[in-house]
Amino acid sequence: MLPSVLVANRGEIARRVIRGCRRLGVRAIAVYSEADAGWPHVAEADEAVLIGPAPARESYLDFERVLGAARKTGARAVHPGYGFLSENWRFAKACEEAGLVWIGPPWRVIQQMGDKVEARRRMREAGVPVVPGSEGALDSLEAAGAVGGRIGYPLMLKAAAGGGGIGMVRVADAAALPAAWASAQRRAQAAFGSGALFVERYVTEPRHVEVQVFGDTGGQVVHLHERECSIQRRHQKLIEESPAPALDPEVKAHLVEAAVRGARAVGYVNAGTMEFIVQGREAYFLEMNTRLQVEHPVTEEVTGLDLVEWQLRVASGEPLPLPQDKIAQRGAALECRIYAEDPAKNFMPSPGTVARLALPAGPGVRLETGVAEGVQVSVHYDPLLAKVVTRGDTREEAIARMRTALEGFVVEGVRTVIPFHQRVLASAAFRAGRVHTQMVEQGGFNA
Amino acid sequence: MPEEVKAHITGVVFQITSKAGDRLAAGDPVVVLESMKMEIPVEAPRAGVVREIKVAEGQTVQEGDTIAVID
Repeated sequence: MLPSVLVANRGEIARRVIRGCRRLGVRAIAVYSEADAGWPHVAEADEAVLIGPAPARESYLDFERVLGAARKTGARAVHPGYGFLSENWRFAKACEEAGLVWIGPPWRVIQQMGDKVEARRRMREAGVPVVPGSEGALDSLEAAGAVGGRIGYPLMLKAAAGGGGIGMVRVADAAALPAAWASAQRRAQAAFGSGALFVERYVTEPRHVEVQVFGDTGGQVVHLHERECSIQRRHQKLIEESPAPALDPEVKAHLVEAAVRGARAVGYVNAGTMEFIVQGREAYFLEMNTRLQVEHPVTEEVTGLDLVEWQLRVASGEPLPLPQDKIAQRGAALECRIYAEDPAKNFMPSPGTVARLALPAGPGVRLETGVAEGVQVSVHYDPLLAKVVTRGDTREEAIARMRTALEGFVVEGVRTVIPFHQRVLASAAFRAGRVHTQMVEQGGFNA
Repeated sequence: MPEEVKAHITGVVFQITSKAGDRLAAGDPVVVLESMKMEIPVEAPRAGVVREIKVAEGQTVQEGDTIAVID
């Protein structure tokens, strides 16, 4: 086992990783910015190193400062958590070059999966279905028209060099293509310095279903079943659950098989997630997240496994702890992300000081909390305060426990999305498992 | 009548998208704030000419602080 791990993150995920290290007797080293000196993850680590001022660019995102903390403390490995440097292949490579074990996949895999066109190509070659569209970047309006004629409308024009939704243009029909092409090209050129575009079918009201995969250095790859994450705002998840409700068993079997095949094809090692969009019986690869996910606890609750423990074991060179046929999915689990955002104001950030915090407890209720009373929720970081995870023998039981838990979750000083969660959990559509990724933006759960 | 444009959230000034003398329509961005990984424009409440920008890039502003004055 690794003797020590530098946790290159903050808040709830830093605490989660520190706890995982503790269980295995691994020394956990935290890093923190000046803004986070009073946060719980700093106090809980075996050692903590101040790495800079509040802006993430000058602390959590600064390669040299993070690597410097690893050198200074003699850390043997780096756990990146999610966000920040977790999907930055240059940083993973820098860790390797500094003689540190990277708790994640090889940097070349992060690089490949981070390039959307390349990831699509690799998955298509592996026989994983991708959203119908162009083979790669297109150089003319005529070429786009030909693809449109083949795959049908509506479609999306996306910047080949892009990401994060920037430069995406939806095209309703063939008549709208010329103007949309010119607009998307202009935006792509301005944002990414390249006007290269590719075309994809626009999938209306899809579900987001993802598969947790795990690989080891011996070439074994398994899946830990699926998660449904269709309740989103601004393409960011708010509620996740496992199993995915009302998912056809054949579609699920197809998804997990495709996920393992895709991960194996790229030589995947450690924890990863293959994301798909699902519409009816059709499922398409969306992207791969080459790290531990925010929502990993729902998988832990239905499998009874500790994913951070698996990550540490695999990074130590051990084989996967269990073969595929020993990884069962039992009961149901649900996660609500508690963001410091105001759902009444279109999920605008709500920074401030946590004046009071009361957390729920009870059977089947798990809390992953980053904050404590008195801490400042800063404008510099992601607004995730905590995650409430409930489990039950059935989905109904998990939902009932969540509703009770959220009633007992009290935060004063900042506004949170708790009232939104309560409306979703009470809605007929959610309870029936009739969900899709565009529901929140369509106002499906408005007060 | 000059009118103050106020920040509607707490954040850091990410980008100043207008300058003194610019003519803006209602809803045009005056500056873009960054808060909790989101970029949020502060928009002109009505049409007018920017008289003064009262913040600098990188500066932290509180909800209700004056960002600019338009005329």
